[in-house]
Amino acid sequence: MALKVQSRTDISAAVQAAVERHGTTAEALVPILSDVNRALGFLPQDAMTAISRSLRIPPSQVLSTASFYQMLSTRPRGKHVIKFCESAPCHVMGGRLVWKALQDALGLEPGQTSADGQWTLLTTSCPGVCGVGPVLIIDDEVHGNVTPEKVPEILAQYQEGGTSQ
Amino acid sequence: MKFYRSHVLVCVDPECLAKGAHDILDGLQDELVYQGLIDEVQVLETSRIGGCANGPEIVVYPEGVHYVGLSVDQLPFLVEEHFLKGRVVESLLAKEVKRADEELGPPKPKEVRVVLRNCGKIDPENIEDYIAEDGYQALGKVLSEMTPEQVIEEVLASGLRGRGGAGFPTGRKWQFCRSAPGSPKYIICNADEGDPGAFMNRRVLEGDPHSVIEGMIIAAYAIGASRGYIYCRAEYPVAVRTLNIAIKQARNLGLLGDDILGSGFSFDLEVRMGAGAFVCGEETALMASIEGKRGEPRPRPPFPAVKGLWGKPTNINNVETYANVPQIILKGAQWFASMGTEKSKGTKTFAIAGDVNNTGLIEVPLGITLREVIFDIGEGIKGGKKFKAVQTGGPMGGCLPEQYLDMPVDYESLTAAGSIMGSGGMIVMDEDTCMVDIARFFMEFTQDESCGKCTPCRVGTRRILEILERICDGHGKDGDIETLEMLCQQIKATSLCGLGQGAPNPVESTLKHFRHEYEAHIYEKRCPAKVCRGLIHYRISDNVCTGCMVCARNCPVEAISGERRQVHYIDPDICIRCGICQQVCNFNAVEVY
Repeated sequence: MALKVQSRTDISAAVQAAVERHGTTAEALVPILSDVNRALGFLPQDAMTAISRSLRIPPSQVLSTASFYQMLSTRPRGKHVIKFCESAPCHVMGGRLVWKALQDALGLEPGQTSADGQWTLLTTSCPGVCGVGPVLIIDDEVHGNVTPEKVPEILAQYQEGGTSQ
Repeated sequence: MKFYRSHVLVCVDPECLAKGAHDILDGLQDELVYQGLIDEVQVLETSRIGGCANGPEIVVYPEGVHYVGLSVDQLPFLVEEHFLKGRVVESLLAKEVKRADEELGPPKPKEVRVVLRNCGKIDPENIEDYIAEDGYQALGKVLSEMTPEQVIEEVLASGLRGRGGAGFPTGRKWQFCRSAPGSPKYIICNADEGDPGAFMNRRVLEGDPHSVIEGMIIAAYAIGASRGYIYCRAEYPVAVRTLNIAIKQARNLGLLGDDILGSGFSFDLEVRMGAGAFVCGEETALMASIEGKRGEPRPRPPFPAVKGLWGKPTNINNVETYANVPQIILKGAQWFASMGTEKSKGTKTFAIAGDVNNTGLIEVPLGITLREVIFDIGEGIKGGKKFKAVQTGGPMGGCLPEQYLDMPVDYESLTAAGSIMGSGGMIVMDEDTCMVDIARFFMEFTQDESCGKCTPCRVGTRRILEILERICDGHGKDGDIETLEMLCQQIKATSLCGLGQGAPNPVESTLKHFRHEYEAHIYEKRCPAKVCRGLIHYRISDNVCTGCMVCARNCPVEAISGERRQVHYIDPDICIRCGICQQVCNFNAVEVY
């Protein structure tokens, strides 16, 4: 399966919904970008252009803001986004081995998206659930106490067409 | 109002959710319906302190019985025993019933809970629970009996200092903002708690959101602000949700909005979510982010109190700072000032992580010693190992060795020792930790999170990281230590914001207290803690090896040779130091040197 190309109607619908929700003031930019990123999986060029028009902000500033934050992506992402916590508390609880197992299982380096468009592998800053580390987050769902052995099992939940809650 | 004879509180913290708290919630409801008890027992969601490591967990009132480690298939039995037959299920009980302790006093002998007092005790999604615990009384007192100046006086007299880490006197900050010309004025709550391993603010936002909101309204009244923002990091979706619910409920009761409690004072509040940038915890970067820009800091002065959000006077405090305010107003500055040291008053929450027996959140009076925190409350080092260092204040804090254990924990002492209070992270390290590796680890973090605006931080942190990586790989050379010292000094002196100014702390403090480890890496090419892969070797002990060949079969690079029943040999030139041979050996014959 190739990466899904966003249709123009999808893009303008997503932008319009976000603008209606947050308004057209300059301070609405980050919330709008977050909403559109969530709806489309990333921020296509066309979406950023449309946002720049709605908010009357130069396209350069929209791109500048969009490219700054880790949670916003200007490149297409996979169907499922996996975020691994690399912070110290997870690290000392065996995170390093889980991280290696995860990269091996997916055949991806951090920041990459798989060729079939299924997975994007990222690291995340500490989500603050250190009590159940090591932690990985798939599509906003938190998986705690992960061991290298559990990695294939967790990934399988998403491969069988099952959607996250 | 409907009367229930019993209430079940189910913890829905992210940690418990990750362990299936949702299924427990649904399962409990179903089972209560099935056993015909649904009109007598009410199931509520809550957020709990501690315990989560054994989740999913619930507390049953009025008895205050605390069950942990639940699974869905245990629920029919639990419901029947507890609610139908009235018998406590001993096998599911939490080891210590913290509930009773919390109501009578602090859960651990040396703790004092001010900011965390309601967490886990009230339903954060129900404003009435908060009001029942004297919530919004301070606001009523402020609006009906006190002038803004009196409020500021009271906060000043309490000695409250910024809990975000820098420790600036809160009352003074409010004074500056009040007297700054310009309107409207803004109030911001910094809930961008980004330090890895620190989650004190998340617990307060999820467990007692109204204490922060009430503190903000009082601050707004004191400085004359009409609008406020809570800037919460996007990694905390539950906190954002809880806050939005809380704000809505406060608005419905007329505690937010126009003419609050009929006083003529108007103020409203909204939550802003970050989008993943550590540097946004810095106040000027945070304001840039609210304005829709890249979250990059700018030089100060002008300080936010004079020129903040949209160029207007803005007061910005941390979650914990605001959460202290209602208590100070209600119980008085004297009460607050009676806790802590001469210059650091009150309590502070800490998140203890790392190699201690008891990890998690605590709240202690300032001035307590590190030894008390680590050995009394943290219950000492895991596995009976030796204490080596504690890093306070998050990734920009310093590592303090054993001789600092009896130092009081307060702003001045920590700074003098080369570390910081920070937001309250505390990572304890045992004797197996390599301090050069730790410095490298934290540098990796700050280097990655540097926003790139100013050169010393952007380039300097990268140069430090490169040198540390080289040292850990075994290629350290004479002069590296001096170069590191120079870089640290210059980055500290010339960086724009706290991130750059604090970034060298882990390196500087380890250079100061563990210099011999750097020297061993560089000059003797060995890692004393046997952590750095470039500097360790594996060998097979002649008199222990049985020649079983397990290690040779498992070695991914075929570095191990030897006949059956003969002592094996690891070729150091082929070995990649993956450690698999050590893990698979049944006789502990593989040793590191």
